[in-house]
Amino acid sequence: MAYNSFGARLRAVATTLGSAVALTLAAFATVPSAAEAASITLYNAQHEQVVNLLAKDFEKQSGISVKIRNGEGPAMAAQIVAEGAATPADVYFTENSPELMLLEEKGLLNKVDNSTLATVPTRFNSPTGAWVAVTARENVLAYNTTKVQASQLPQSLFDLAKPEWKGKIGIAPSDGDFLPLVSAVLALKGEAQTVQWLKGLKANAQIFDDDEGVVAAVNRGGVATGLINNYYWARLHAELGDAKTRSAIYHFANGDAGAAVNVSGAAVLKSAHNTDGAQKFLAYLVSERAQELMAKSHVMFEYPLHAGVAPDPILKPFAELSPPPLTIQQLGDDSQAGKLLRQAGLL
Amino acid sequence: MSEALSAGPPAVSTVPARARSRAPRGLFAAAALSALLVLLPIAFTFWRAASFGAAEAIDLIFRPLVGELLINTLMITVSTTLVSAVIGTAAAWFVERTHLPGRRAWAVLSAAPLAMPAFISSYAWVSLSQDLQDFTGALLVLTCAYFPLVYLPVAAALRGMDPALEESARALGCNRWTTFIRVVLPQLRPALLGGMLLVALGVLSEFGAFTLLRFRTFTTQIYAEFRTSFDGGGASLLACLLIVICLIVLAFEFRVRGAARYERVDRGTRRAVLRYELGVWRWIVVAGLALLSVTTLGVPLGMIGYWLTQPGAAAVTPADVSPELLFNATISSLGFGLAAALLTTLLVVPLAFLLVRYPTRFATLFERTVFLAQGVPGLVIALAIVSLAVHALQPLYQSATLLVIAYSMLFMPLALVSVRAAFMQAQPRLEETARALGLNWSQTLLRVVLPLAGPGLGAAAAMVFISVVTELNATLLLSPLDTQTLATQVWADTSTMAFAAAAPYAALLTGISLFASGLLFALLGKSALLGERS
Repeated sequence: MAYNSFGARLRAVATTLGSAVALTLAAFATVPSAAEAASITLYNAQHEQVVNLLAKDFEKQSGISVKIRNGEGPAMAAQIVAEGAATPADVYFTENSPELMLLEEKGLLNKVDNSTLATVPTRFNSPTGAWVAVTARENVLAYNTTKVQASQLPQSLFDLAKPEWKGKIGIAPSDGDFLPLVSAVLALKGEAQTVQWLKGLKANAQIFDDDEGVVAAVNRGGVATGLINNYYWARLHAELGDAKTRSAIYHFANGDAGAAVNVSGAAVLKSAHNTDGAQKFLAYLVSERAQELMAKSHVMFEYPLHAGVAPDPILKPFAELSPPPLTIQQLGDDSQAGKLLRQAGLL
Repeated sequence: MSEALSAGPPAVSTVPARARSRAPRGLFAAAALSALLVLLPIAFTFWRAASFGAAEAIDLIFRPLVGELLINTLMITVSTTLVSAVIGTAAAWFVERTHLPGRRAWAVLSAAPLAMPAFISSYAWVSLSQDLQDFTGALLVLTCAYFPLVYLPVAAALRGMDPALEESARALGCNRWTTFIRVVLPQLRPALLGGMLLVALGVLSEFGAFTLLRFRTFTTQIYAEFRTSFDGGGASLLACLLIVICLIVLAFEFRVRGAARYERVDRGTRRAVLRYELGVWRWIVVAGLALLSVTTLGVPLGMIGYWLTQPGAAAVTPADVSPELLFNATISSLGFGLAAALLTTLLVVPLAFLLVRYPTRFATLFERTVFLAQGVPGLVIALAIVSLAVHALQPLYQSATLLVIAYSMLFMPLALVSVRAAFMQAQPRLEETARALGLNWSQTLLRVVLPLAGPGLGAAAAMVFISVVTELNATLLLSPLDTQTLATQVWADTSTMAFAAAAPYAALLTGISLFASGLLFALLGKSALLGERS
């Protein structure tokens, strides 16, 4: 991989040229101490506020304190790869499965305890048991209710690439949640059709930095519709209230690629300093208690995967969703998605 | 090295030439270290970008997206700079050259927005109305944040102007307006241009406000690259383009600032400046200035106050404010601010001293190198440091030390200006007298040099402190594990639209910034702002 040779060359340069500087700096460096037995380090790409709440609750229950580093899913996965064995992370908790698949393929993950894996339906978990699914989220189309009638909405995700949607669709190609959608389309339709679809989107779409930006623009009428994950709309709605909400969400039907479901999951790193504590945290994440906390958080709005824990009532019941038939393996590790986005001029 | 050193210009003072021409090795090395520190992330970014093949680099640079970003970035930079120039100059002229009711208050209110970070005011505006986004919102927020950079130098220039020229113009038949255009404005040129270029540099480096306002520029895209691939390298290419644009602006700024020094050579006695009567117009001007203050300070402070009283989503979600988190974030912000203020000031002291006492070519080279940091966006420096640390400086990776060093790299230029000025005012004769009277070097330093340069050092530290507390980019990328600051908390809550949850952090951040700015103001003396001896 590119970063490996890059890292090696850099190390060479650093040792020959920069060692004096490095030594000076290291002289007053506080070397991060090895994790204490009673703590774990969490690399978190899930919602900061919810995870803070979960971490506190876990601490109270187990006596194991949780140190958190927050970031965006794909960046944190790449960061863990770059850090290699030196990573301070014990647990990685993220919003989409491809980032976990990447780490799994690189052999960086430890197997999750069987009892933890058994808590959620097997089809959502890692095929090899390297990570556990925690919650699920759905891709949807948000639309401005004053600009678009429900009857005018597209049948399929692919309609959005047609000329009649020019200027009427908002997307956030650099958001961690857009890559898995591209991966889903790629797995379902193949490369040629995916690139064609992305080029159509490029011609039609207004580009935003993240899904929060897309849904906010849809709500204020800056753009008529937007591709997002369902919970962004729910969160905006929770913050603005009914009176200021001028948008709604539309679920693609008939197993359309646009209705793809992604799972959030968590994993224990092979290089973990506190494997036991890390496994306990994963078991906690899928426990009924934690899943109830997430479902009632009013910030997260994802589908809990623990049987018997009901999602937030604002969400369409999970059984009524119509996702395309895709397995976690088919969805893959997002390695192609970025390339195709660049090819289409979206990144 | 010593050979090259002795080639410096001959000394011009009463000190024996041999003692003057050669700086102590330790001093020289210490000064070189600060220059090297600044150079490191910049060189690294270019080196990283160069590791792409030519074909790949061309593909990455000449993609449509980069064109769009370029247009957006240049549009917002040019517009903000022009609007700031007009507003800043108008405000300065009315405050300095007319009999305006409440002149002193307007002077303070026109400078105060500098203490209000752009990402905090964009939080306020976005939470007021979701419609204020894109270009319009960005123009509004950035102009509010940066027009004082034009106001301050222009006001100072207006205060220092000789009224004789204007009187001659009036006597020769020019009306007020033609006098302003043909006599006042040309004299304002260095101050005005210098201020405008500082605005341009600020806008080019801005990141937080653009993201919250959903306006895409080079900085937001560099961050997007980071978010999708950590240190994948694509960001470094964009960063190089941005650095080049910034360095062009910086080069202009150097030229203008250089010119400004010559204009201020004449310091003869002159009468007080002319002040015009505004008649009934004064109320319109007062209304205009009031509107400006409401926009730049009233709305942000008002919105923070509003959200402080709102339970909002905070009452029903876990995004509530835990007093513990609030306390920890405040302590981190203050701690980083103080540590960075101390380190940065310490780092620039040898260089400033070298520049004043041993002004060789090398000293100037070091000075220029440090000023390069002004032209490199914080986000770019932070990204480079993350990459460097993860690959080559593992012990420092994710440590508080590294973040403090990063702050120093960012804010050394700020501190250098102030510390150098302080040493310039401290006459070498006093040190020599102290030595002649039997004090050794360290005693001289403690009892003569530092007390003389004290206020300047304090001002430098205060400026760095304010900048660090309100800094977002480096903090976001480099903050140690499990460490939140006020700025990163505002960021986390605002980007998930939890406005009520962000309010206490925003309030504390703004409070600290305003308080420290007030302290700085007291340190520099009222004359800096009002042109009067306190």
